[in-house]
Amino acid sequence: MRTAWRALLLPAAVFGVAVIVAAVVIALSGSPPLPALAAWWEGAVSAPGALPESLLNATPLLFTGLAVAVGLLAGQFNIGVEGQLLMGALASAWVGFAVSGLPAPLHIALALLAGALVGGIWGWIPGILKAWRGAHEVITTIMMNYIAIYLTQYLVTKVWKDPRSMSPQTPEALPSAWLPVLVEGTRLSVGLLLALATALVLWYLLRRTVWGYELRAVGANAEAARAAGVRVSRVIWGSMALSGAIGGLAGAVEVLGVHHRYYDQFSPGYGFDGIAVALLGNNHPLGAVLAAFVFGAMKNGAVYMQSVTVPAVPREITTVVQAVIIFFLAAVRFRRRAG
Amino acid sequence: MGEVFDIELFRSALRLATPLALAAMGGILSERSGVVNIGLEGQMLMGAFVGWAAAVALGNGWLGVLCGMSAGALLGFLHALLTQRFRADHVVSGMAVNLFSSGLTVFLLRRFFEKPPGASGVPEWGLQWLQPVPLLGGLLSHQSPFVMLMLVLPFALHGLLYHTMWGLRVRAAGESARKSRLAGIQVVTTRYHCVMWSGALAALAGTYLSLSQLNVFTEGMSAGKGFIALAAVIFGRWTPLGATAAALGFGFLDALQQRLQGETLFGTRVPSEVLLSLPYLLTIIALAGLVGRSIPPEDLGKQEESE
Repeated sequence: MRTAWRALLLPAAVFGVAVIVAAVVIALSGSPPLPALAAWWEGAVSAPGALPESLLNATPLLFTGLAVAVGLLAGQFNIGVEGQLLMGALASAWVGFAVSGLPAPLHIALALLAGALVGGIWGWIPGILKAWRGAHEVITTIMMNYIAIYLTQYLVTKVWKDPRSMSPQTPEALPSAWLPVLVEGTRLSVGLLLALATALVLWYLLRRTVWGYELRAVGANAEAARAAGVRVSRVIWGSMALSGAIGGLAGAVEVLGVHHRYYDQFSPGYGFDGIAVALLGNNHPLGAVLAAFVFGAMKNGAVYMQSVTVPAVPREITTVVQAVIIFFLAAVRFRRRAG
Repeated sequence: MGEVFDIELFRSALRLATPLALAAMGGILSERSGVVNIGLEGQMLMGAFVGWAAAVALGNGWLGVLCGMSAGALLGFLHALLTQRFRADHVVSGMAVNLFSSGLTVFLLRRFFEKPPGASGVPEWGLQWLQPVPLLGGLLSHQSPFVMLMLVLPFALHGLLYHTMWGLRVRAAGESARKSRLAGIQVVTTRYHCVMWSGALAALAGTYLSLSQLNVFTEGMSAGKGFIALAAVIFGRWTPLGATAAALGFGFLDALQQRLQGETLFGTRVPSEVLLSLPYLLTIIALAGLVGRSIPPEDLGKQEESE
């Protein structure tokens, strides 16, 4: 009962509080809250075409949420998912437009692999710096985010810019690298299935393998794990690399499934949203699935709400709600161990 | 070369270092007392917005600064409440502060300002009498009061931290909360004060952006400066003077980057992205201990055992 409460009831209660906070913010800003909330719900799930678009929004959030969760389970706070996503997205976009003559499945696989690999390297660097030199991963991953922002900006404006376009973006990927559409007539691609599969694989890896056990042991108590013979430093950089690879996949799937190219300022903060998803999902792969859907639907619905409310309720209300959720979860569950 | 390194370059380096150094002072206060504050970015952004909105409403730049700082202190209070009272993870709470600020400022901006009006800002100081002085006159006359503050505050904070009882308590709280409590120091109260001042100082840096540099608020205008300020704290080894030196260095890189747009240095074209990413790269190198290790306060970010 106690675990059930922790896993499901608490996030639901926190979400309820967040909705109330949203209503209060909307009311304080001078708009009637109930019609706004109704429009939000409608835009998220019940309007025609809303559901596939919500799932489309949830896809990158599920990836980044899983990425953050893997890190947290190993006791590593990966704030660098944003940068890992950008690097992975650009890498897979490059494979998409620069490599030609491959059959579609091979081209897609290669592009996904490139995204995961480059994202993984971007996560591995802070991991290895922590394992070898004790450099705190929170600060180094923040710094790596900015290096990724400037590096991708340089590459997309000066090296791989589409010569036929005015704006800083890469050429369009060849159709052989596009992820197939899942639901005819929508933008929803099989990227969603890839994200769900990643969640399943992670669940298996973490719960059913020695490696997953060691990872969680380090997260629970690094000293005890070391005493029990776990090679802690290897788990630290390994978990950061895995976390980064999933972050890179998030970017790759956004490129191959939705935009078919990389452009400057590619991510609206998916990496940071991942923190909220991981927390709301209680660091559990299946919890992350639920949390990603909640946030994805919320984001999608808010766009609709903004367009139908008078005066318009800005869709940034979702970011405020997300922050409130993190505040609450941080206070009631995600407590720092004494030490 | 001569055209690149002129007095104007150093003047703009000072201006660009100002928000970094001011926020870094806030970062030092919080972290020396033992509380990680990666919410500097959000506190800066909130300060920029509230300061500007208040200046628009009240028609006075200095009142705007005061309101902005109060908003920052309030966010600091929230961070202290979560980390001290509710024992939340410092990083999680700080990230939430950032998210909250970026969401709320844009929400309020879009909801209430169709076209953001200019605010009555904080005018620069002429300091005509300084002008004949070589170098100083060129650097400091006709600069914002914030720039002067940035040059004075680090020394004040240095004095406070290292030469007063209060400073001793702050440093003790950050080095060992347990021993401090045994010595009769009210660790949690000290931390509340420090984190609130931390938010106020980061917000002060934000009001500089919206009331002295531009006189208008733009979405996300802190643009990572709070994180560079954090980098300056680490690079300056958690000391006011060291962090200010780092902020000045980062400001210089930024000024150089703006100056070199489309120009060549030593016969090559330096991409602006290289100079822009240098502060972050240097911080990683510093943290990895490759150029002398940067050691944080002993109890930074740790939770006090509750009894």
